[in-house]
Amino acid sequence: MAAKLILSMDGLVLKEIPLSKERTTIGRKPHNDIQIDNLAISGEHSVIVTILNDSFLEDLNSTNGTYVNGQPIKKHFLQNNDVVELGKYKLKYINETPTQTTAADFEKTMVLRPDLMKKTVEQTAAKSVSMSDTQVGMKAVDTQTGMPPPAVAPAPAAAAPPPQAMPMGAIQILTGANAGKELELTKNLTTLGKPGVQVAVITRRPHGYFITHVEGANMPVVNGVALDAHPRELKDHDVIELAGVKMEFFLKG
Amino acid sequence: MDLSQALRMVSRSDAGMVRSHNEDAVFFNAAQGMAILADGMGGYNAGEVASGMATTLLGSELEKAFQKTGPHQVDVSGKLHSHSVLEAEIARANTAIYQAAQSQPQYAGMGTTLVVALFYDNMLTVAHIGDSRLYRLRGDEFHAVTRDHSLLQEQIDSGMITAEDARHSQNKNLVTRALGVDPVVEPEIRDYDTMPGDVYLLCSDGLNDMVEDEEIALTLQALSANLDLAATQLIQTANDSGGRDNVSVVLVRIAREYPAARGWWARLLQWFK
Repeated sequence: MAAKLILSMDGLVLKEIPLSKERTTIGRKPHNDIQIDNLAISGEHSVIVTILNDSFLEDLNSTNGTYVNGQPIKKHFLQNNDVVELGKYKLKYINETPTQTTAADFEKTMVLRPDLMKKTVEQTAAKSVSMSDTQVGMKAVDTQTGMPPPAVAPAPAAAAPPPQAMPMGAIQILTGANAGKELELTKNLTTLGKPGVQVAVITRRPHGYFITHVEGANMPVVNGVALDAHPRELKDHDVIELAGVKMEFFLKG
Repeated sequence: MDLSQALRMVSRSDAGMVRSHNEDAVFFNAAQGMAILADGMGGYNAGEVASGMATTLLGSELEKAFQKTGPHQVDVSGKLHSHSVLEAEIARANTAIYQAAQSQPQYAGMGTTLVVALFYDNMLTVAHIGDSRLYRLRGDEFHAVTRDHSLLQEQIDSGMITAEDARHSQNKNLVTRALGVDPVVEPEIRDYDTMPGDVYLLCSDGLNDMVEDEEIALTLQALSANLDLAATQLIQTANDSGGRDNVSVVLVRIAREYPAARGWWARLLQWFK
């Protein structure tokens, strides 16, 4: 499934254009792939370069500029639902994630042969016409399984942060010079103790906070019980003893 | 020469939260200062076969090769022995995987990424192919030592896409070089100095795709005193973030200096320099 553009003006859809070529040119002159016959559009206004599943929009020094989501751009990496504006015309970029294959297939590493890259682009484009075409340029190593080549992988959400629904944990020091001080556990990892003497780490995970011994001859003690080598989940109001200091773990509302 | 006092090494490999089997393979030998990681690709279990062949073949062949001649010694050709051995053995592993893929239909098209780290004489030689990485933590500085052989890295290099945009690219999974897919392969081989206190991380893309570099750096800084825990924590963070791919890590901490033992004539030569 190739990406496409939906051309509209004043909310009226004019046409749908599949991004089937490596270069799709936009401009007023008739030789453009997308011709918009309007004086606000330059002869050669902008170009969209498509490489496999990624498309890049570039303004060709047009008189009135190219805008994406309201911002003027020179070069832009198009994301699904981006709205490109040229004068009064709008082009919505659609690159939807397919649903017919399972998530595990999308991110399978594949080998790309640089010398055949151009062919690949054409092949990818051709796929919108016939899905049964095998890819030439890309070594689609899944051919044995008969799976469709996972060319249209969704953008994997980069390292999703843990859900924020979990209440924030914090530590309050109970004894010693810093008694009364509070430390919010905002990071995924917080180390406690004295390096070289005794160190423990509190990790924030999607389902709670855990304390683990890192170094030192003595194990941290939670509610009077010494830890073993495994992480221990922290509950509200647990009392931790570490390097001679007592502290309380609690969850903030 | 036994380096196990100077180098601390651990490894972990996990299938992740989505995949049913693990196509990554790891190998390390702290005494000989070598760490190898491979991320296989190919239908059915062919990916595992390719990565397994790469780590096993290279592991045993490199162990053998450096028993006779130290990696720091210079060959007749003027090359470091480590470089000539790496080139020769990677070429052999490539041929072995390529031939298996050609002769067995169920292995057709299999291949693997590769990253090999050799530690000797207070230095490190890295050979890599594809998008498995080697990172270095030195003090507060954490960055990738290797540059991926991937379409995305080429796009970043040519200025088509910024590193920030790259995180959202859909072409993440396309490597431009791999072991075992062509009759010949060109590994990238580079040398670096090491310092006591450095922590090196070899990882498959299952880690760096799921976990931000800053998060990896934070984990290594906080837990470098306990490498086992650091490795477990990295895998856990990747899985907590979705674990969409197999995730493997090898961690190496330089505990102290490890100059190569040289003969009296080499020391004499050194003295005259």
